[in-house]
Amino acid sequence: MPEMSTRATDAVAAPPEHATGQVPAAGPGLAASITGLRRAFGGRTVIDDLSLSIPSGEFVALLGASGCGKSTLLRILAGLDTDIEGDVTVARRRAVAFQAPRLLPWKRVWRNVVLGVPKAGRAQADAVLTEVGLGERASAWPVTLSGGEAQRASLARALIRQPDLLLLDEPFGALDALTRLKAQELVGELWRRHAPAVLLVTHDVDEAVRLADRVVVMKNGRIEHDIRIGLDRPRDVGDPGYAPLRGQLLQWLGVH
Amino acid sequence: MTATNVPLPAFGPPVATERITPRHRRRLRVPRLARRLIGIAVVLAIWQLLSSTGRLPQTIVGSPLAVWDQGMTLIGNGELGSAIAASLQRVGVGLLIGGVAGIVLALISGLSRVGEDIIDAPVQMLRTVPFVGIIPLLIIWLGVGETPKVVLIALGVMFPLYINMSAGIRAVDPQLIEAGRTMGLGRLGVIWHVILPSALPQLLVGLRFALGLAWLALIFAEQISATNGLGYLMESAQELLQSNTIVVCLVVYALLGLAADAIVRGLERLLLSWRPRMAGDA
Repeated sequence: MPEMSTRATDAVAAPPEHATGQVPAAGPGLAASITGLRRAFGGRTVIDDLSLSIPSGEFVALLGASGCGKSTLLRILAGLDTDIEGDVTVARRRAVAFQAPRLLPWKRVWRNVVLGVPKAGRAQADAVLTEVGLGERASAWPVTLSGGEAQRASLARALIRQPDLLLLDEPFGALDALTRLKAQELVGELWRRHAPAVLLVTHDVDEAVRLADRVVVMKNGRIEHDIRIGLDRPRDVGDPGYAPLRGQLLQWLGVH
Repeated sequence: MTATNVPLPAFGPPVATERITPRHRRRLRVPRLARRLIGIAVVLAIWQLLSSTGRLPQTIVGSPLAVWDQGMTLIGNGELGSAIAASLQRVGVGLLIGGVAGIVLALISGLSRVGEDIIDAPVQMLRTVPFVGIIPLLIIWLGVGETPKVVLIALGVMFPLYINMSAGIRAVDPQLIEAGRTMGLGRLGVIWHVILPSALPQLLVGLRFALGLAWLALIFAEQISATNGLGYLMESAQELLQSNTIVVCLVVYALLGLAADAIVRGLERLLLSWRPRMAGDA
């Protein structure tokens, strides 16, 4: 396990009258810490008094019906949405992979990977691209990649930042079923190797159970359920503990 | 076991069928360039025929061969060369000034809300004035020297570049800007790595329009009592009733326009190589 005491954290729009001691000390041991978060669009409150802590190195899957605000939460943690009330503290070294790969089409794959990373060059890009199985395509233009390849490039772009917190916003949502399984496997492997904390936003219960240490279910703007997945890895659908967990999560999501 | 080994039912309900016939490619393919040249050759041949049979009198315009001879003479005595040089210099300077002005204004208006509010409305208003209409004003303000000519070309160039560049900046995909921000790019980084490359295709469209307008502006500009340049050559030929010289100049204008187009196409190929090949590129 990586050292936990030296992790740098950022406060995302902490209110000036921030009182220490009132909130969990986000810092050592926590990749993200959220207390009393509120976000409204116009008059509609999407996130309402939400609290969540993610210990460093933990893989958390965030489930919720569409429109429940889970992507909004991820965007807040990414620092993209600062119209918020409450306390949010996140690891300074964080990276995001979105549902669409969002590669810049005018930069070759490896240049997309090193973009924004000071002093990173071709060698570092090749290393992470090889790790995601895309070493051969480093000099390709993004338009020539398949959907799965583009998503792997997007993961490499996140990986090269050596994030303490990896934010994944339904990164497999647009992939076909077979490619999705491979991509899930890759994410699991990268997590084991690099041990970042992960917040995976998804609406796929199986994906959550397969990958995560812990699954949280969002509803009515807050975390309604929080469950630990105790199954041994690598996980197998045939595991006797699997079906009850799946059933429980589906029930929480309102599917019977 | 392969799928073809699965036993098929003996017969199903009757279905009306048709055979998809493979398309036959034409055997003989004349290269595109050759086909285009054929068209031009036919026009020249008809023109030459009309001239040689006297249907097209010399006083209207000479035969293609006579025009060619006149062109050779003008090249030989250096008149055409110096005229082209003077005109190109005007277009070059005007293009540079108008280009910088248009692009800088587009950047200010495209990248800041305040800039947009201040710059966009007046520029859009001025754009509706046909720019050659201000020639009389330019002459009053700037006299008849080199300055009004260059200014006219710069004005002609500025508007298409401004409009296309600012439209290109506004059309940037906000998702890519967001991605850039999550990768730690600051405001300048986002402009440089995301916004400007994204606006580049539209800027090149603007450049193509701008070059077309630059030639047009040049013709008008060189009728403001010029003492050199292609427009001057045409003016003096008109006074001496040398229609062949005028035709030579028109051909030169056309060739320069084609060259400008080729330059922009080359730039597009060079700068936009990341784009998927477009239909009709071959």
